[in-house]
Formats: sequence, C-alpha cells, structure tokens
Amino acid sequence: MSRTRLATIALAAIVAAALPLVMRSDAWLSMAITTLLFVFLGQSWNVLGGYGGQFSFGHAVFFGSGAYATAVLQVKLGMPAIVAAFGGMAAGAFVGAFIGALSFRYGLRGSYFALVTLAFAEVFRIVASSLGITGAGFGILIPLDARALNLQFPSRLAFYYVVLALVGIGFAISIGLERSRFGAWLMAVRENEDAAKALGIDAFRVKLGAIIVSGAMAATAGVFYAQYFLFIDSGIAFGPHVSVEALLGPIIGGLGTAFGPIVGGILLHTLGDLAKRVMGDAPGLSLVLYGVLLIVMLRFLPDGLNGLLRRLFARSPHGVAKRMPANA
Amino acid sequence: MLELRGLTKRFGGLLAVNEASLTVPEGRIVALIGPNGAGKTTLFAMISGFVTPDSGSVQFSGADITGLAPHAICRRGLVRTFQIVQPFGALTVRENIAVGAHLHEAARTTALARAAEIAALVHMEQQLDAPAASLTVAGRKRLELARALATRPKLLLLDEVMAGLNPTEIDEIVEAIRRIRDSGVTVLMIEHVMRAVVSLAEHAYVLNQGRIIAEGTPAAIASMPHVVEAYLGHGAALRMGGQIAVGA
Amino acid sequence: MDLDLVIPAVVAGLTTGAVYALVALGLTLIYGVLHIINFAHGSLLMLAMYGVFFLHTLFGIDPYLALPILVPVFFALGYALQRGVIMPASHGKDQNILLVTLGLAIVLDNLALYLWSSTTRTIDLPYAFEVIDLGFALVPIPRAIAFFGALAVAGLLWLLIARTDLGRAIRAVAKEKQGARLVGIDVEHIYAMSFGIGTACLAVAASLLMPTFYVTPQVGYAFVLIAFTTVVLGGMGSFEGALIGGLVLGVVEALGGLFLGESLGQIGIFVIFILVLLFRPTGLFGSRFA
Repeated sequence: MSRTRLATIALAAIVAAALPLVMRSDAWLSMAITTLLFVFLGQSWNVLGGYGGQFSFGHAVFFGSGAYATAVLQVKLGMPAIVAAFGGMAAGAFVGAFIGALSFRYGLRGSYFALVTLAFAEVFRIVASSLGITGAGFGILIPLDARALNLQFPSRLAFYYVVLALVGIGFAISIGLERSRFGAWLMAVRENEDAAKALGIDAFRVKLGAIIVSGAMAATAGVFYAQYFLFIDSGIAFGPHVSVEALLGPIIGGLGTAFGPIVGGILLHTLGDLAKRVMGDAPGLSLVLYGVLLIVMLRFLPDGLNGLLRRLFARSPHGVAKRMPANA
Repeated sequence: MLELRGLTKRFGGLLAVNEASLTVPEGRIVALIGPNGAGKTTLFAMISGFVTPDSGSVQFSGADITGLAPHAICRRGLVRTFQIVQPFGALTVRENIAVGAHLHEAARTTALARAAEIAALVHMEQQLDAPAASLTVAGRKRLELARALATRPKLLLLDEVMAGLNPTEIDEIVEAIRRIRDSGVTVLMIEHVMRAVVSLAEHAYVLNQGRIIAEGTPAAIASMPHVVEAYLGHGAALRMGGQIAVGA
Repeated sequence: MDLDLVIPAVVAGLTTGAVYALVALGLTLIYGVLHIINFAHGSLLMLAMYGVFFLHTLFGIDPYLALPILVPVFFALGYALQRGVIMPASHGKDQNILLVTLGLAIVLDNLALYLWSSTTRTIDLPYAFEVIDLGFALVPIPRAIAFFGALAVAGLLWLLIARTDLGRAIRAVAKEKQGARLVGIDVEHIYAMSFGIGTACLAVAASLLMPTFYVTPQVGYAFVLIAFTTVVLGGMGSFEGALIGGLVLGVVEALGGLFLGESLGQIGIFVIFILVLLFRPTGLFGSRFA
C-alpha cells in the first residue's frame, strides 16, 4: 500500500478516535454515531454493488433481518445479547445466500436484480408487520439493561467506538477485496461475466460469496441499530429509506473503492445535518437533498467524489484505475 | 488432444452447426476457416461450454467435457478468446492479465508479477498500468491473448484474433502465436486472414453452413473447388479456371 | 369459499386492476421505446394524485374534469424530465439511467413529504358512494368509471401507436434506433415524447384513482412495485400483457386481502413478482415492443 494511503488512514483513525473528546457534545456524538452506522451500511452495499457490480435496491432486507433476528432472539426467546448478535449476523448471511442463490442461479442481473431485492425487502416488511413473533404493527422494544455484556453500553461514547470499529472492519474488508484473489475474481465478474467464466472463474460462487458477506455486514449494522435505539418496527427495519441510504454513500463517494462509502456517507450526513439546522428539521428534507446530489453527481461526476479527488491529484493509486490513459 | 464428434446445434429453426467433427493433435496449430455465418463461433462456444450442443461430444485430453460449465473447462486447460474482445474495462492491463494468472496463483503479488511476465511476451510491458478501456483494438486483442496465456492453457481457442489489425500487427501476433506453440501450447484458431492461416496452420478445416466441407493443409484446401465456391459462390471455381491464389 | 364474498372481491379487483394496467401501460411504453426501467414512475403518479387533490380542494374542480389540465401538464413534465434530466445525467449508460430515475423518485417522494407531510389525503365526491347494481356485486360509480376509463385510454394508446405517424416513428425507434436516425427521425425527441406520453397516462390514472383511493408521499413507492410487477408479468414491452397483467394483479390483490387479511394480502403481488422474474422473465406474453 502506498505510503500516502497508509498515512491518510492512520491520520483518519486518530482524528476519528479523538474527535468526541474534542467536541464534547452529546448532540454531536449522536449525529456521529448515526453517520458512522450508515457509513458501515454503505460499506456493506459497496461489497456487492461497488466491487461486485450487482446493484441492490432493497438492502434493507439484510439490515432488517439482522435487527429483527437480534431483537426476537433476545426479547421473545430470551437469549443473551451476544448470542443474539451473532444470530443477527448469521441471519444476514442466510438471507443473502437465499436471495443470491435464487437470483444468480436464474441469471438475474442489472435492473432485474435491483427490482428483486426491492421486492424481497417489501415482502419481509409486510411479513414483519403481520406476524406476532415480530411484534406485528407494534414492533419490538428491547428492554433497557445497560451492561456491556448485554451489548447495551452505559455511555454513548462506547457505542461510538464500537461503530467506529465496525467502520474500520468494513474498510479492512474493502482493502481485503482489492488485494485478494476473491476480490480480483469479483471485479472481473463485474466487468465482464462471460470473459471471467472463460478464465476459469465460477461466477455464481463468487457473486454468492459477495452477497453473503454484504448481507452479514448489513445485518450487523441492523444489530447495532437495535442495541443502540432499543426499538425497531417493520418500517424502521425494512423501509425504503434504509435501502436508499445504503446505496447513496458509495455511489456519491465512489463505487468500488475503499474510501468511497466513507467519504460519501460522511458528506451526505453532514450536508443533511446542515440542511436541518438551516431549514428546520422537517421530514424528507435530507433525502430530497441526497436525491438531488445523486442526480447532480451522476451528471457531472459519474465516478463519484473519489474519482474527482483522484483526477485532481492525478496519481496512480493501487487498485482500480479510472483515469487518463498512460499511453494509448 | 481435442476431438469433436458430430457436434450439432440448432437455434430455433436455424441449424447453426451440423455434425461437425474435427481433431486437433497435441502441439499443433490447426485453423478453422469458412465464410461469415458458417457457425465457427458457435462451434467455439460449444467447445468452451458457453453453449450446450444438441448432440455430439467434445473430448479433451481423453475426457468428455461436453456440456461442462465454462469455468470448469477452463480449469482443465482449455481456454478461449472472444471474437468481440471483452476486456475488463475499469481494470489496468496488469490487473486484467492477473485475473487469468489467478487460476493458478492464489496470492495477489505472485499473480501480478506473473501478469507482468506475460505482458512482456506480447510486448505490452509499456502499458501495464493503462486502463484496459483505453487500449486500441490491437492492444485489446493482445490483452485478450495475454489473459488467456496467463491461465497456463494446454489448448488455446483463438477466435479471429487477427481481425482489424494492420499487416505489421498481424506479423507480430503471428510471431507471438508461433512462440506460444513452441512453448507447448496447442492452438485451434478461427481465422479469416489467410496470410496468418498459411504461415501458422499445419492443418485446416473448412466450415460452411454448419458443416465441415473440407480439411487438409492450407495450400491444399485453397485449391479445392468446393471450398472456393463456399466463399465466392456457385460456379466460381469454374469461372476462375482453376487458378486460385492464396492472398491476404 | 364463500362466493358471496369472493365475487365482489373479484369485481373490485378488476376495477383496481384496470387502473394498475393503465399505470403499467405508461411504463411499458417507456420501457419498450427507451429500454429503461423508470423508477420514478410511481413518484410521478403520486405527484399527479396530489395534483388531482389540490385542484379539487383548492379550486373545486372535479377529478374527471381535471383531466384536460393535468394531462398536458404531465405530458410536458415527462418530456422535460427525459430531455432535461434523465438523458443528460445518464450519459447513455444503462446502470446510470437506473440510478438517475431512482434519484428522481427519491427527490419527488421526499419533496412531497416535506411540502405536504404524510397526512393521508382523500377527496369526497357527492356521487362517490352511488353504486351500480350488477346483481352479483355492487360497483361504486367511480370504480366503474375507472374501469372503462382505463380501457378507453389503453385503446387510445393502441390507436396512437398503431395508426399515427408519431406512433410509427415511436415503433421505429423502439425497434432500431440507429436506423430510425438514418431516416431522419429525431430520436431524442421521440424518446422524450414517449416519456411524456407515459407520464400523461399517469395523470389519467390519478384522476381515475383519487375518487376511491387516497394519496400520501409513500404511495409512489407502493405503486412502482405494482407497476413493475404488472409489466414483468405481462411481458416487458407488451401492451396486451400489461393490460391483462394489471387485471390479474388487481384480482390477486383483492383475493389476497380477502383470505389473508389486509396487510398480509399485499404479499401476493410481490411474491408473484419474484416468481415471474425468476422462472418466467419473459412474462405471460413475453414479446419485444411493436
């Protein structure tokens, strides 16, 4: 890894770790936690959508599965929080495997795959709002029992560091993809599935692997949400706003890059927060902004902020190359 | 090494390939020629697993590989290139070739190193860090070849690798293919560029309207009347008075 | 199985289904010609429904009489969106078009939320509860109007595509873009016209829906999936397919609600969607447009 990249990462990590101590504001901490949570969600989406090229428009299906699994296991089945948390992650992996096996086995790509994920998210939402075990229309309330072993930390600061660690793991996974054989296979399948097959890549297995990892990550985000907010319902868990937030960060920040979801997610939430201060906290405002930003980005900066930064500094980064040709 | 027995494929009402049989001995360069639309690429698709034959079989190194998935066939050492080049556009030349190398190299660094070596074999060392999407047609063809080579194939299926190249580029690729054969790789090539066929292939098959209509050395089949007619139409052989020139 | 309950449900399903078909027809036109999946379709319908609502609440205009106002406005809106936003932002790449229309949907849905909040809006018409007695079922007047209105518009659309010069140009572009360009057809204009017509269909659907339905900012999202299910079920690019698909889905939804209850019944549509995409992606009538 280039020295500049290593330095940037180290600096970012230090700043992120120290920031809450500098800011000393509970409001800021709250905002930071939700921002980082959605950065992590974006990182999960990026594995499947950015590196894998399979755009999911229903990523909430994984997020919600994790949230509900952990809530149901704790509240309805009385399991300890840590076990429930792993249950949540596993739920995400299983749902990923299920949707992936079906979709990829039957060759769904592009828009069709996006639509199918959307449909699955809706099905899960409807089921969650109808069954007794998932609390039907009332949702599930996780009883407050603030002990670390219960994954409910007494101090908000602890939650901050946990989610920061998650983002770190997400970043590590992204880098791992860029430097591993699996990642090379995944990106090859993204670029050209037939050519990849002709070079010995089992495209089905590779895509399945990606959706399982992506699903497990998104479900982990759901688990965190449940433990932090202690309340979920079908709209919160499987709603379209979750799916939208999952994909906005990576697309605006730069698809298929390690920094993309981080840059994009932070930018989006900062702008959203700013808008709320200026124009009042009205529902829908931040998403309008995000939507406009998405369209503007697609019009003027198709390879995202990351691409812009790359072109501005015109260096050759390790990894995906998206810039002027060296020699034609 | 490769033996096709009676391969047949129908697409709806169209009989694309009709009882095609051919043999490619180990270590040789064999050409598959024929007019456009003869079914050559469909034949390749059947050999490499992208299309399942309606009947017939494909034997590779003594094993029946008919109907196996493309990636499984590639892992056995049979690799194809595409007539319409398929680069991994957003990846660099080095990363493209590395994908091929990863078939045998699990580690990223070794795969990338191998990619650099292979690139040298096709004179692409200067372009290792260029995005594949920025290459010219000739560059993409060489990349396609390099990628296939990186998988350490035993048999290479080359689909019109000379198309769209100028004479100098053709000579370069011909040289490269000869070196590839010399290193122990068997080659079956679909080609229109007769110059390349004549200088490389020891044996050739002619496919017309899905059927193998002739086989022999390039020189021999060039003077067969029914081969000429396949290209130029009925009666052409007579009209040309038996004087057939083989040119580029 | 209580027939006394089933038959009225089927009839109600057919009338709703006709409107679904109308919504899907617009989408089919857009997909068939531009080959794009228009994610903003539902949001535009939602916008049109708010249009009907405000015209009635603020100016007292009857929803059916609002048609001469809304149809041209939404046609123009669709035209402008395609030419001014979607085309430039997508740079022609399919993946981008998907994202741009998604972005549009996000903007429209949330703008509606911000401007008009999530309060459910309905309009009350004096004749909304008058019914036609069919013997085996009672059909409220607005539903009957919706049914025949949808079929009428479908017929008009068919006439437009099959019999007019514009329709010929549209079919040409749908079949072979480059060829159409070579014979002098302004492809970008035709694209925008098709998008405009597809959006205008939504204005009609909105007028037909509002008397018996309601509007919230979330409605767009719900309709997008229904519209896509209809299109996919009927076969992407097939008008007859969209028509029949819509009717089938309306009935499925009604029966689903009857047997599984209001909330769980909605699942029927999405399950069908998933099944069709997986096992029969060409749909019931799978055909290319034109």
